[in-house]
Amino acid sequence: MRIGVVRFPGSCDEVDALDACAMVADAELLWHGRTDLDGVDAVVVPGGFSYGDYLRPGAIARFSPVMKAVADFAAEGGPVLGICNGFQVLCEAGLLPGALLTNSGLRFLCKQVDIIVERPGTPWTADCEAGERLSIPVKHMSGRWHADEATVAELEAEGRIVFRYAPGDNPNGSTSDVAGVCSAAGNVVGLMPHPEHAVDALTGSADGLKLFSSILNGGDRVGTAG
Amino acid sequence: MKVLVLIRPKQGILDPQGQTVERALPALGFEGVTDVRIGRLVELEVTDPSKLDELCEQLLANTLIEDFEIQIQED
Repeated sequence: MRIGVVRFPGSCDEVDALDACAMVADAELLWHGRTDLDGVDAVVVPGGFSYGDYLRPGAIARFSPVMKAVADFAAEGGPVLGICNGFQVLCEAGLLPGALLTNSGLRFLCKQVDIIVERPGTPWTADCEAGERLSIPVKHMSGRWHADEATVAELEAEGRIVFRYAPGDNPNGSTSDVAGVCSAAGNVVGLMPHPEHAVDALTGSADGLKLFSSILNGGDRVGTAG
Repeated sequence: MKVLVLIRPKQGILDPQGQTVERALPALGFEGVTDVRIGRLVELEVTDPSKLDELCEQLLANTLIEDFEIQIQED
């Protein structure tokens, strides 16, 4: 198992993501200018401020050469995880539903939050139980996930809301307390919290490691609900 | 030709910037201002306006959360 971590100009969490991946598998960085994924088995689109967040977070990065390769990989069922800015990039690219808006409180947030696993049956949540609580930090300015009512109802019905902030712990005003969602097939997952910053008890929590270890067990669970 | 693209948050989407500005106005003595919404203005110089809609939909605006309005300025 080899996991590729995309690096855009302005990424800043790709090294932590790489380290987290390296705890469970082989891992390598993929520069945004390349047009292939070097044959990796899974892709992480990490956090940061790709292209300076110009226009909207993720709006420019989605046109990076590597994103075409990521989209093709995702279409073939390849597992893709977008974290924070990576989530924004995947939403802008249309690989995940919804969009990320400025936090309702207009402040940059940096805090530990609890999230609930709503959908264990994805390649990135295979090691989690339904309803499991994970303590993972958020750090973002534009984390208010939004989709219209019809889309949210559809996502609920299809089990595509993967993570919710624990009751009372929604830091950014996201619709329906959504912290992360997945694609229709379940192989593309995105979330605002940073599991790669929660892989060692020394820094407060190792709960995030479950997302990365899941990839070793989750490949065959693509498309299965719950 | 010169083109202005106005990009606004869609109706019904919470605009905390607009709300904050609206709340600040009475403190400065500006009463009776409501429904403040804050968006973006993009100025462009284009030779062929036929692809402006496409350009706005693909990049300048995220139509899930924003509406855009194209204003072509006469030379």
